[in-house]
Amino acid sequence: MPINEADIEKIAKLAHIDITADELQTFVPQIAGIVTYVEQLNAVDTTSIEPALGGLTPAGEATEASRADEVQPSLGQKIALSEAPDAAAGHFRVPKIL
Amino acid sequence: MTFLGKSANDLVDLVTQGQVDAKAIAQQSLDAAESLNPQLNAFLQIDREGALARAASVSTGALAGVPMAIKDNICVRGMQASCGSKILGDYQPPYNATVIERLLQAGAVITGKTNCDEFAMGSSNENSAFGVVRNPWDARRVPGGSSGGSAAAVASGIVPVALGSDTGGSVRQPASLCGVIGLKPTYGRNSRYGLIAFASSLDQVGVFGRSASDVATVLGVIAGRDPHDATTADVPVPNYASELKGSVAGARLGFPRALFGEGLEVEVRKSVLDVVDVYRQLGAEVVDVELPHASYAIAVYYIIATAEASSNLARFDGVRYGFRAEEADELRQMYRKTRDEGFGAEVKRRIMLGTYVLSAGYYDAYYRKAQQVRALIKNDFKSAFERCDAIITPTSPSTAFMIGEKVDDPLSMYLSDIYTVTANLAGVPGINIPCGLSAENLPIGFQLLGPYWSESTLLRLAYAYEQLQPFKKHPPVFAAVPNSI
Repeated sequence: MPINEADIEKIAKLAHIDITADELQTFVPQIAGIVTYVEQLNAVDTTSIEPALGGLTPAGEATEASRADEVQPSLGQKIALSEAPDAAAGHFRVPKIL
Repeated sequence: MTFLGKSANDLVDLVTQGQVDAKAIAQQSLDAAESLNPQLNAFLQIDREGALARAASVSTGALAGVPMAIKDNICVRGMQASCGSKILGDYQPPYNATVIERLLQAGAVITGKTNCDEFAMGSSNENSAFGVVRNPWDARRVPGGSSGGSAAAVASGIVPVALGSDTGGSVRQPASLCGVIGLKPTYGRNSRYGLIAFASSLDQVGVFGRSASDVATVLGVIAGRDPHDATTADVPVPNYASELKGSVAGARLGFPRALFGEGLEVEVRKSVLDVVDVYRQLGAEVVDVELPHASYAIAVYYIIATAEASSNLARFDGVRYGFRAEEADELRQMYRKTRDEGFGAEVKRRIMLGTYVLSAGYYDAYYRKAQQVRALIKNDFKSAFERCDAIITPTSPSTAFMIGEKVDDPLSMYLSDIYTVTANLAGVPGINIPCGLSAENLPIGFQLLGPYWSESTLLRLAYAYEQLQPFKKHPPVFAAVPNSI
């Protein structure tokens, strides 16, 4: 299916990325070309093939991944906030939401 | 005494026997990094102070005193982790990745963080927000990617071993283009905790080195189950170093004839076919195998990897860490501006492609379809490994290409990974081994792929090849820095 400017604008919005008019001009043919390329998969008969979900090996799938529900040490508030662009009074401050 | 160019295992012997101070080794590695970085741009951070302090306290361990370079998408406490992106910039993670904890426990000395394609997305290192890495063999050419900085640092002799990450070939392909060994272990062999995620079902930390035995040593240190990463498997870790030297006579080497056709440079084909003959001389049996769905691997990869990336990279929103765009007075506007200004073109392209293939109405047509073909690729390997112990292919269809040659054509860049992505899709291990130089004096590599958990076999095959056909060539800058002591 051909991808057009409106599609890319919609995707950019879904992905929370502002893109400039120049970027739009570049991305439309590039992404359209990649989508056309990946559509070669339509030639593969996948009737009754179960999708491979995730990358686990059989040994990985057999490995017990759960752990005891016990409190573990964590970073703590001070360290967790230490790399924030705008930390204030023990929380992440952001521009207004409404 | 100069330590540059020595193997990691030799350095460990010198340090643990008390013949050499780890600090002297670190000093030379740091000097070399600082001296060569203006040419190569392989390092984004060189931590002289931290490395020397660390070296002063090291005298034991499987990697005692070994200087190591770490790709800048792996978290090392006290150092930056930019992922080659403006959106993280000089972000300093407050914890160590599990692989780093294990390296440090084994006595390794981390000298710096290496340049890479932004969020490991690329095959040339040209997508780094901090400039391209230059190939040590020819500064006009790319080192491959995305772990180009780590590959260049090992190839030029600055460090004997380094870590990278491999999502579609990002350790093996730059290893090939720079003439070093690069190993991507089985999915789940080592921990991804602290590896900043690109595509979680494909990502795996990998090892660069100049010899199979050095790579075996590092893998032995970092491999194993980690409670912090539920996808690590509870599979015993062999003693890779002691299993290295066994005979390969009788090993069955799978030869997928169809992969040696169109699109492969003539010199690369010839060189890899010569390798097949070397294995015959070593007593291996060469058997024809087929991977019928391999030709679909790039298409499958660019659906699955971008879908996972669009989800993983949603966390970069200017709130908890890294860069935030200024002059946004509303939250969603801040997200959009931050991500527009913080991400480079390739990352945006992939996030948007991933968003598209996951969006309403397209999920079944693209994502589900890709996961089905992924299942077929896994089955191809399963069938092939019933007939052989390892499969040989080229690692990259070409030697190192010119900087700028493919930047405007993402699809042609993606095809650089045509031989490597299948291993990530199937979860099997793969290794690049250098096997020669082209007429233009550029390294050529071959790849061995094995069944799950067969790293010992791959390393043994690599070691046997090295004994018969040692790749002793080095780029002109190799260990160019004189002894600083």
